Amino acid sequence: MSCLAFFAGHSPIHRLDPRMRLVSALCLAIAIALSERLVTLVWALGLGILLAAVARLNLLPLTRRLAHLNAFMLFLWLVLPWSVPGVSVQTAWGFAITREGIRLALEVTMKGNVIVLLLTALVATVDPSRLGCALDRLALPDKLVHLFMLAIRYTDMIHDEYGRLRNAMKARGFQPSFSSHTLRTFGYLVGLLLVRSMERAERVLAAMKCRGFDGRFRALRGFTIRGADVAFAGMALCQVCVWIWLERS
Amino acid sequence: MHISEGVLSGPVLASGAVLAAVGIGVGLRRMSVASTPRTAMLSAVFFVGSLIHIPFGPSNVHLILNGIAGILLGWTVFPALAVALFLQALMFQFGGLTVLGVNTVNMALPGVVAYYLFRLVFGIARRPGIVFGLAAILGALTVLLSGLMLTAALALGGRAFLGVAVGIVVAHVPVMIADGLVTGAAALFILKVRPDLLEPSRPEVPT
Repeated sequence: MSCLAFFAGHSPIHRLDPRMRLVSALCLAIAIALSERLVTLVWALGLGILLAAVARLNLLPLTRRLAHLNAFMLFLWLVLPWSVPGVSVQTAWGFAITREGIRLALEVTMKGNVIVLLLTALVATVDPSRLGCALDRLALPDKLVHLFMLAIRYTDMIHDEYGRLRNAMKARGFQPSFSSHTLRTFGYLVGLLLVRSMERAERVLAAMKCRGFDGRFRALRGFTIRGADVAFAGMALCQVCVWIWLERS
Repeated sequence: MHISEGVLSGPVLASGAVLAAVGIGVGLRRMSVASTPRTAMLSAVFFVGSLIHIPFGPSNVHLILNGIAGILLGWTVFPALAVALFLQALMFQFGGLTVLGVNTVNMALPGVVAYYLFRLVFGIARRPGIVFGLAAILGALTVLLSGLMLTAALALGGRAFLGVAVGIVVAHVPVMIADGLVTGAAALFILKVRPDLLEPSRPEVPT
């Protein structure tokens, strides 16, 4: 799928251990989500940009990602400066714009963008199949990890199937609009996808049983922790500690 | 219907994560190893289903489909949607990692409600018209419940997002209509083609 635009690459970040990257990203993201000071957020934005640069992320898909996020943020900017009570700085169209409102909108925008940068640089750069193994090693329930691995595999396939069905509809002159005909047609489309996918699941299960599936997946490649991995996780941890200290002071 | 990163307060994020973990735990317990492929497949269908956009005015709305997900999966909708949301966060950065718990609960819990309501009525009446109407109502209801829970999550932060939240719920009225009718038609389709799939998942011999 074209949206898996980031995992192929040979940057220093791509070479880091997936588990370390996952855990570091989660800690950093939580710390950022909870921070309330602009200085922390500016610092974090710098870090996000640095990591994105080191990971040599493809600029086009990254821009698309951020554009999508910021469309929602724009909506916040249209509402928050007016709706948050506080000290008014200016009056526009009879409504007071408050300093608190602007601050809150700024804070949320920065948090959102920073976390997206971080997660894209650290987590979206993990090969999805390796990500499943990494989650498995991080003591998530087996069944959940299997669900994740199979879902990655079938999302692609069902997306193709959906594309074929949409093509078939287009070939028959289907034009979507907000009408009961469109909705019923999409309903049948979803129903067809569901029925086909569940029938396919039956065949997949039979194939898995045939190959002696016993409830466990076996990874072909293990993980090795190198010095760089430990150093990276250590730096991330220090970073989180510094932010906590900044928030407290 | 996703909450983006950076909007919610710490306690709301934490309680969302805990509730989601409980729901996922219950769901996994009820999911036999043999039904893993089926659940994963449905997870993938809901991921793809959310890519279906319907033109509405100058813009468009996308399907959510957590109603039909709940009807088909029961409690297993929790792990299934958690996986789908995680994949979305990974691939498109809709939603995100810290809000994964809250988003999972917002989407999956109404699905579980839909499951029980569907079982209640489907046990007595299974004429096509009734199944269509029932699924359509449940499809719209789950979107409404998700919207209300989202509003509650935003309001609980106590940080003046109420204006935004109300705007989001209003914006979801067309989604309710679209999701309801699509869910109804999808249930009708399944009833005609593979009615056995609407039965509660059979007790399977664990492999």
